[in-house]
Amino acid sequence: MDRRSLLKMVATLTGAAVVGGDLFLSGCQSPDKKMTAFPLSQSTISLLDEIGETIIPATETPGAKAAAVGAFMNTMVMDCYSQSEKEVFIKGIDQLNQESVQLFQHDFIAATPDQRKELLIKLDKAAQSYQKDKKEDEPVHYFTLIKQLTLLGYFTSKPGATQALRYLAIPQKYVGDIPYEKGEKAWATS
Amino acid sequence: MPGDSLDVNLNTKAKKQNTYQAIVIGSGISGGWAAKELCEKGLSVLMLERGRNFEHIKDYKTAPLDPWEFKYRGKTTSEQRKNYPVIHRGWAAAEAVMDYWANEKDCPYTEEKPFTWWRSYQMGGRSILWGRQSYRWSNIDFEANLKDGWAIDWPIRYNDIAHWYDYVESFAGISGSLEGLPQLPDGKFLPPMDLNIVEKEVAARIKKKFNGNRHLIIGRVANLTAPLPGRTQCQFRNRCWEGCMFGGYFSTQSSTLPAAMATGNLTVRPFSIVTKILYDKETRKAKGVEILDAATNQTYEYYADVVFLNASALNSAWVLFNSATDIWPGGLGSSSGELGHNVMDHHYNLGASGTMEGYEDRYYYGRRANGFYIPRFANLFEDKRDYRRGFGYQGAASRQNWSRDVAEMNIGANFKEAITEPGPWKIGATGFGETLPYHENNISLDPNVKDKWGLPVLRMDAELKENELKMRKDIVREIKEMLEAAGVKNIDTWDNGHAMGHGIHEMGTARMGRDPKSSVLNGNNQVWDCLNVYVTDGACMTSSACQNPSLTYMALTARAAHHAVNELKKGNI
Repeated sequence: MDRRSLLKMVATLTGAAVVGGDLFLSGCQSPDKKMTAFPLSQSTISLLDEIGETIIPATETPGAKAAAVGAFMNTMVMDCYSQSEKEVFIKGIDQLNQESVQLFQHDFIAATPDQRKELLIKLDKAAQSYQKDKKEDEPVHYFTLIKQLTLLGYFTSKPGATQALRYLAIPQKYVGDIPYEKGEKAWATS
Repeated sequence: MPGDSLDVNLNTKAKKQNTYQAIVIGSGISGGWAAKELCEKGLSVLMLERGRNFEHIKDYKTAPLDPWEFKYRGKTTSEQRKNYPVIHRGWAAAEAVMDYWANEKDCPYTEEKPFTWWRSYQMGGRSILWGRQSYRWSNIDFEANLKDGWAIDWPIRYNDIAHWYDYVESFAGISGSLEGLPQLPDGKFLPPMDLNIVEKEVAARIKKKFNGNRHLIIGRVANLTAPLPGRTQCQFRNRCWEGCMFGGYFSTQSSTLPAAMATGNLTVRPFSIVTKILYDKETRKAKGVEILDAATNQTYEYYADVVFLNASALNSAWVLFNSATDIWPGGLGSSSGELGHNVMDHHYNLGASGTMEGYEDRYYYGRRANGFYIPRFANLFEDKRDYRRGFGYQGAASRQNWSRDVAEMNIGANFKEAITEPGPWKIGATGFGETLPYHENNISLDPNVKDKWGLPVLRMDAELKENELKMRKDIVREIKEMLEAAGVKNIDTWDNGHAMGHGIHEMGTARMGRDPKSSVLNGNNQVWDCLNVYVTDGACMTSSACQNPSLTYMALTARAAHHAVNELKKGNI
């Protein structure tokens, strides 16, 4: 079993959210040099918000933009990522725009909601097959980084945890068996 | 009044001010118990903690925060990874608790062989961060060395400690179920927490498949399922290690420290690194300790009639090494040649997990700060293996959350809807195996490396050997078989290897025994070479069993404290 699966196992036991956990442990041996790209510009943060919103759109509950996932990604990549992950992330934003230009003749921000979704579905598939086949010391796919940060940022945010999920600050009791009906939200924390 | 009754031979006012009846070195689980018991018996006690003060509730700064109030949502930064490389070897690195771990730059250690040492140098020690699983040992464990002819016999049996288990469980508050298992004696438990529905089903299937010889039970855990005086019951937030403002689990701060303080007999001194126990050749007893103030670098001496050494399994050995005299150049308690040897741990980092189909209309409420436990079955009764001793498992079943993969829907509203509902049930367990004591597994003072204060640091030279490695194969095989038998699908197994110390159950560096020639401590936890020094933390353990050891440290400490008070009264120490 690889480290990622182990972390998932640990998450089962400890209840910790583990998305990105493998990333945070990988390639982090060398202390980071300052990277001038950070903090990201407001326009880049807005772009990340829009990417996030395409992954987790507002429905009857708020979307990723309302959870400010762009600013969250900036914080996480700047302070927590290794140098190589930072580079993958920064280059990835350009790559994503280039892909958009190739497909739609304009960059992501100018794309329609359907175009945005089409592109991200394509990138998600590419990222998944890349991640499956890559060797451990090869870099993570940039879209995997973006997506995982979106999910982490959203579901641990106040709107994500309290509206898209059910958050209980102080449950007071544990009941090992309650009925569940399809459509009911999952607990925000475990 | 503190310091009055047993004070003799005091020459100066300064000396009198620095004199107590008892000194406790360390404020973790065992140190807290030592202080409580000695104070309650009327002794004036000085408790020395090498780290900062850390106050109940007030200093649990993250505990009241909601998840979105954490800047990094629980993750650690590049800076923290650089500063805490050891803590980042495993799961213990988390935003909320990074300040609780010892500063690795200031306090290095060296690794002849890989050794993971997770330390918390602050008031309460690791009692704030601990996993809280609390299991009695049985006579099977106390007799194991004798029956195997391995190492040395424990000087005590279950009957010597059973009453003390009752005593510490009643005060600490251990929740659990009564099972009647000879290998895992029942105790004075608060009501058990629930197994969830999938765990119950798996428990029933395992029981049937293995003819009632294997058991999946709710963990026995130091979380209150009913209030105790001054403490509110567990609120099922599952954030214990940040510190609990309800006092819902046992820690020094929630439990033993307030009890000790209430006597009026306790003085606590933080930032006090005990550099040595002062041995008096004439009386052949310890007269006190020397400390280095970690903040001011000043040296002080404190005096007492009895010293309890509870600095943690490895640091207690360090204090003894550093207390060398010309009589015992290897350290106080070194005459047997066993001081610093026989380092043990519980080896883990292996197990299995899988998915349980069905139960999609069932869920749970609350965040249980506990899991299930599968007690030892290997090498018990009719069961025979090609290695010695055994292992247990800890695990849990739960429904997967938003971090799971969802097939075919990975972007957009449908994806969002799918992952905001609970996912399929998963169940997994990790093994905890007994490690034998080996003389050659040892720690010593590194001759070359010094810490921030110029003090020598520990050098670790310990590893798993053939017995443990054989057992590990079995641990993985058996959990896979049990999960399969219970109908669990898509089973993954893993064994990521185990560096000593990673189990955070370090033991054995100053073992108890029946003979001063082969052990450091006697059956009452007294240093054979210096009877008014008691060592009652993990250092004292003669074998490791496979159950989490902290409850046994509590019981041994309470027992030893009462012994010390009686011996003082009799004038024997």
